[in-house]
Amino acid sequence: MPRLPKLPAPPLPAALQAPPPRPGEGNGKAGPLEQGKQAGITVVDWVDERTSLSGAGRWLLFRKVPKGTNWFYTLGSATMFAFLSQAVTGVFLAMYYRPDPAGGAYESIRHVTNEVFLGQFVRGMHKWGSSVMVILIFLHMGRTFFFGAYKYPRELNWVIGVVLLILTMVMSFTGYLLPFDQRAYWATIVGVNINGTGPLVGPYLSDFLRGGGEFGATTLSRFYAIHMLLIPGLLAALIGFHLYLVAKLGTTAPPWSKAKERPELLEAEV
Amino acid sequence: MSDKHAKHKSKYTADRMIPGAFEGETVTRRRFMTGTAHTAGGIAAAAFALPALGFALGPIFKKTPHTWQTVGPASSFSEDNYVPVVVTLTPGIGEAGTSTAYVRKFNPKIDTDPYDASTPYIAISSRCAHLGCPVRWVDAAERFICPCHGGVYDLLGKRVGGPPVRPLDRFYTRVEGESVQIGPRFSVNSELRRFSPRDPGEPLDGIGQYLYPSRPTERKL
Repeated sequence: MPRLPKLPAPPLPAALQAPPPRPGEGNGKAGPLEQGKQAGITVVDWVDERTSLSGAGRWLLFRKVPKGTNWFYTLGSATMFAFLSQAVTGVFLAMYYRPDPAGGAYESIRHVTNEVFLGQFVRGMHKWGSSVMVILIFLHMGRTFFFGAYKYPRELNWVIGVVLLILTMVMSFTGYLLPFDQRAYWATIVGVNINGTGPLVGPYLSDFLRGGGEFGATTLSRFYAIHMLLIPGLLAALIGFHLYLVAKLGTTAPPWSKAKERPELLEAEV
Repeated sequence: MSDKHAKHKSKYTADRMIPGAFEGETVTRRRFMTGTAHTAGGIAAAAFALPALGFALGPIFKKTPHTWQTVGPASSFSEDNYVPVVVTLTPGIGEAGTSTAYVRKFNPKIDTDPYDASTPYIAISSRCAHLGCPVRWVDAAERFICPCHGGVYDLLGKRVGGPPVRPLDRFYTRVEGESVQIGPRFSVNSELRRFSPRDPGEPLDGIGQYLYPSRPTERKL
């Protein structure tokens, strides 16, 4: 049988042809590492081309900080980290919690603590983390005060910080009732009555908190809604604004650092 | 209209040299459109904000029905010592809705206050007038003592020590057949004058009754 001459293969359509090697990337096929890197860059580029978020990220994270910036300046970030930890653990606790004052609330907390896998750990993080957050807030506030970082033009950020402190206290107060044991119940009774001692508005404030004249059927669910929906939303929004102002105004140098004298700015000696 | 005023400001947009003004127009279309959009937005926001606010504030104005609860036969209470009884203040939530009241028979020798003359039984609320912790009657000391912050009250519920700002609250009582019944709560000032119920920590002497107004739904006893 005579051999037929081998005909040349028809050209492949463009989509099926191997891409030409990228310039400057060595030679031969890209390894999996290289391909993964390229895929990542492609995705980030795709998003960035449509949002321009990389500019905002650079603006937020790659700021100039003054000489002498030290570990005390991390207390604000630490507080925010504590808040994020509370938010995440809180979401998972909410999957088990039942705000039922006729015994269900206590039972659901007991179930989380004793029977759920890692339940005691997550609940412990939420419980002790709340104290950590309050302590960190006060340390952060003390740093701001003693470093004079509340002065012009940062007064508004101090005011927002105070509102954040108050909201965190409301979180602590409302969260304290949720386990619904004896300590939670009586602490809330006392706390609501302390609110009531404010002249003129006090009685109305405690009625608002309790949802009526006596500790009632809706008090617990009211506290729960305030604790997990109302205040966290406000906190997150205000933390965002707080951070925006920090990035916008920059941080202050520590009070002990002195500006270097620049000879060209000195007045000529007479 | 005098000439002087017309020169300063005319009500017609055309006279105010606004570009694109119509003849006889007094409000520009841009201004009208802005106002309309703001009004529509305001109405839309109020449509969800007002009901939500009312929902949150509603319980303050909710009238709680006055109920009478039987706490025991008349024979179980004496004239000179208190018997603790459990009363339900909020039904449906189990233990959290109950409270203790201390009940004794009216005793003309000690209950000399004119306001008490018509009361067959004295029922004293265990809710401390300081911040609401539960006081207990200590027989040996003949005192009500609060475990939280050390409030001490005498046999009549009047403060004799500690931080409370007024005597212990009381409940209305009545006798139905052979059984004693407990009704709504009322507060008293240091002279045992009666007031509509107040929360703990709110003094009722002097200016106190005005600084701490009662609930809108319980103005009258």
